[in-house]
Amino acid sequence: MNLTLKIWRQSGPDAQGELVTYPVNDVSEDMSFLEMLDVLNEDLTAKDEEPVAFDSDCREGICGMCSLMINGEAHGPEVTTTCQLHMRSFSDGETITIEPWRAQAFPLVKDLIVDRSAFDRIIQAGGYISVKTGAAVEANNLQVQKHKADRAFDTATCIGCGACVAACPNASGMLFLGAKITHLGELPQGQAERDSRVVKMINQHDAEDFGGCQNLGECSAACPKEIPLNVISQLNRDFIKAKS
Amino acid sequence: MPELIDNLYSLGDQIEDTRAPDVPIAEMWTKAKFDNKLVNPTNRRKLSVIIVGTGLAGGAAAATLGEAGYHVKSFCYQDSPRRAHSVAAQGGINAAKNYNDDGDSIYRLFYDTVKGGDYRSRESNSYRLAEVSANIIDQCVAQGVPFARDYGGLLDNRSFGGVQVARTFYARGQTGQQLLIGAYQAMERQVAEGTVEQFTRHEMLEVIIVDGKARGIIARDMVTGEIETHLADVVVLASGGYGNVFYLSTNAMGCNVTATWRAHRKGAYFANPCYTQIHPTCIPVAGDYQSKLTLMSESLRNDGRIWVPKSRDDVEKDPRDIPEEDRDYYLERKYPAFGNLVPRDIGSRQAKVVCDEGRGVGPKVGDFRRGVYLDFASAIERMGEEAVKAKYGNLFDMYQQITGENPYEVPMRIYPAVHYTMGGLWVDYNLETTVPGLFAAGEANFSDHGANRLGASSLMQCLSDGYFVLPNTIRDYLASGPFEPVAEDAPEVLEARKTVEDRIEKLLSINGDRTVDSFHKELGNIVWEYCGMERNDAGLRKGIDLVRSLREEFWRNVKVPGSATTLNQSLEKAGRVADFFELAELMFIDALHRTESCGCHFRSESQTEDGEALRDDDKFAYVAAWEFTGGDEGTFEPPVLHKEDLVYNFIQLKQRSYK
Repeated sequence: MNLTLKIWRQSGPDAQGELVTYPVNDVSEDMSFLEMLDVLNEDLTAKDEEPVAFDSDCREGICGMCSLMINGEAHGPEVTTTCQLHMRSFSDGETITIEPWRAQAFPLVKDLIVDRSAFDRIIQAGGYISVKTGAAVEANNLQVQKHKADRAFDTATCIGCGACVAACPNASGMLFLGAKITHLGELPQGQAERDSRVVKMINQHDAEDFGGCQNLGECSAACPKEIPLNVISQLNRDFIKAKS
Repeated sequence: MPELIDNLYSLGDQIEDTRAPDVPIAEMWTKAKFDNKLVNPTNRRKLSVIIVGTGLAGGAAAATLGEAGYHVKSFCYQDSPRRAHSVAAQGGINAAKNYNDDGDSIYRLFYDTVKGGDYRSRESNSYRLAEVSANIIDQCVAQGVPFARDYGGLLDNRSFGGVQVARTFYARGQTGQQLLIGAYQAMERQVAEGTVEQFTRHEMLEVIIVDGKARGIIARDMVTGEIETHLADVVVLASGGYGNVFYLSTNAMGCNVTATWRAHRKGAYFANPCYTQIHPTCIPVAGDYQSKLTLMSESLRNDGRIWVPKSRDDVEKDPRDIPEEDRDYYLERKYPAFGNLVPRDIGSRQAKVVCDEGRGVGPKVGDFRRGVYLDFASAIERMGEEAVKAKYGNLFDMYQQITGENPYEVPMRIYPAVHYTMGGLWVDYNLETTVPGLFAAGEANFSDHGANRLGASSLMQCLSDGYFVLPNTIRDYLASGPFEPVAEDAPEVLEARKTVEDRIEKLLSINGDRTVDSFHKELGNIVWEYCGMERNDAGLRKGIDLVRSLREEFWRNVKVPGSATTLNQSLEKAGRVADFFELAELMFIDALHRTESCGCHFRSESQTEDGEALRDDDKFAYVAAWEFTGGDEGTFEPPVLHKEDLVYNFIQLKQRSYK
């Protein structure tokens, strides 16, 4: 198939950016979206133009490195990461607009690459269970009810890609935050720090310029790992309890 | 000048590990931990450790050494430590907990590891790995890793990778990601404590050696392009494996050999580079644009039947129209006892054999169809579609997402892909390389898996190295520090910086006609074709010539757009591919010199009547540790081979058989 791409090009954080149009031809529907961009970049390089900078690493939907707003949707039209999106989701002759994640808390680095280190700093604020290496007790001394273990797992599947923030009109990071609060809060190991964790992480979230949550649900709809919206209720409940 | 063998390499002195205490194997690690010197807690903050890589080995080491109070600087090329490729491991992690009372023990896990490695690993290291395994599970559970549990609330296990006990702990199909998040969170906690400094989007490009000791690294800030000097008392490389030398592999796009290869060029011996593991059940290549290969869990082989058409004329037919009598279930035919469940290396090689015969299926890429059917029709008939869905639903979905085909209706197509590299930097029992003060952990070292790694053992080894081994061995080295401060303008530092700067300038100035990727793809094809699943003398010699001439063209004709002072992904790739070229030649030499077959290294000249890998223990029961002897960028002087004899005091050497 033949496509027209409109790609955000911006040489650096302070430079003026613009959408640049590139035709791409003979795209196979078996290509992944990023392989389609690889082909474009090979052509650009051959023509002595600078290739489009974009993030990707594992290309199997688990590392969370890839991003991209595709036609205004985080990770594009399917519920998956951009690296797992394939060109059969598009049709011949289509125009596809490709932009970086849009959020105050994710400053632009170059072209389609943004800086998501705010997520690391939120984890640093309290997204862990404090246990020194070697200080652990025998693993099976600790029983975890299966439904709690399953819920902890479901929310621990967050890959930290930032699609939730990019999809949110307020650029809020509450789904990311709620997922971590729920993962650690469901487990007996996570109880000792439960109150301090939620307060510290929310404070850091706000300090990073993420927006507030209005329960619009765009985050959960865009999440490639289908983290449920109710982790935000959990987050709010834990926060109120911790403050009271 | 020592005598050249085959005009390719020369033979040097024997090498041996002198760090494992001379006591019975079950007491070794306890004794070593006691013998290794201690560092007073108040002195630790004055000692600095550089760790390159934030996967399970590097992340766990950074967290643990930070907790101990050392000053740690952690580097990764990704935008966050949480993205290191350990994240992609699916199956699980082994541990000798014997929760199922099915006869498991430290000794059995040790035995399985040595046997699985086809008797080419070091007993002392493999034993310690098994010994430490149980602590890993305790640690991860305490961190909140959500392992699968049964209805009683206790940890669940499964049997994995061709062993007869259920010792694998798992978190659905994403054990790697859950373990990595545990290590990452522990490390971020130390970042907040101020003991760990985190450098993301940084790539190590050179190691700094002063007075014979590793004292730091030169790294490039991949956003600004700035070349930075980082100094420390000790350097740890936990930078992963080199599977991307094949271009197509199950590794992440950024996985590379640069950190270990630059260390090799500075004196660290590289061991067993030819030991690379090929995984039999991956989604086949769909076109020449393909950027990576995706693995599907081996568990599919439990119920799927593998076949190709008997006749070459049928390869383009719809598989559903090929009647039973025209199908060749070649594994069931050749290995009636194990059938579709033969070990990874056999399953992989046999797929290549039938495709080389022109009976492969799926799209033609180049001149060949490289795929075989993995058919669930009989499983669906036997168990019902719902049962198949319950067992394999997520894998079927993944397959459909990537290929666009519905595996409930049309047989899946699979083909082997490069998955893991057992070779790596040579280390002693303390995980120290031949350069004092330079340690290597995880897939970056060679130590525990011999010629073949068992399933669910890589996560175990990385966390063993990171949480438990390194912190207990590195202190023995650091106890003699802090070392004499190194000035930022010391001649050794300036020389290392200059090497990096000159190389970048050279890559940018060639301005030839071919892209970096086109070279990488061609290199990958050569290595896959001549140093892949099956190797022989003539092919390996041809491969060496092809690698050399392509490398010569690379340094003359590569085109790297952009500049050195911005984010430049083409430049990053160019540096990595340049190092892959040199590694590739060493892999070929290693594979050529080892005329026996063992584990994943299959020399067609050395096989049993059944087509099994035939070892030659009299001649080859050793680790091949290669010394770099010189050469400017892009050239390669004949390396020197140092042999470490493998002595088996506890386990008896046997020939594998799966008939």
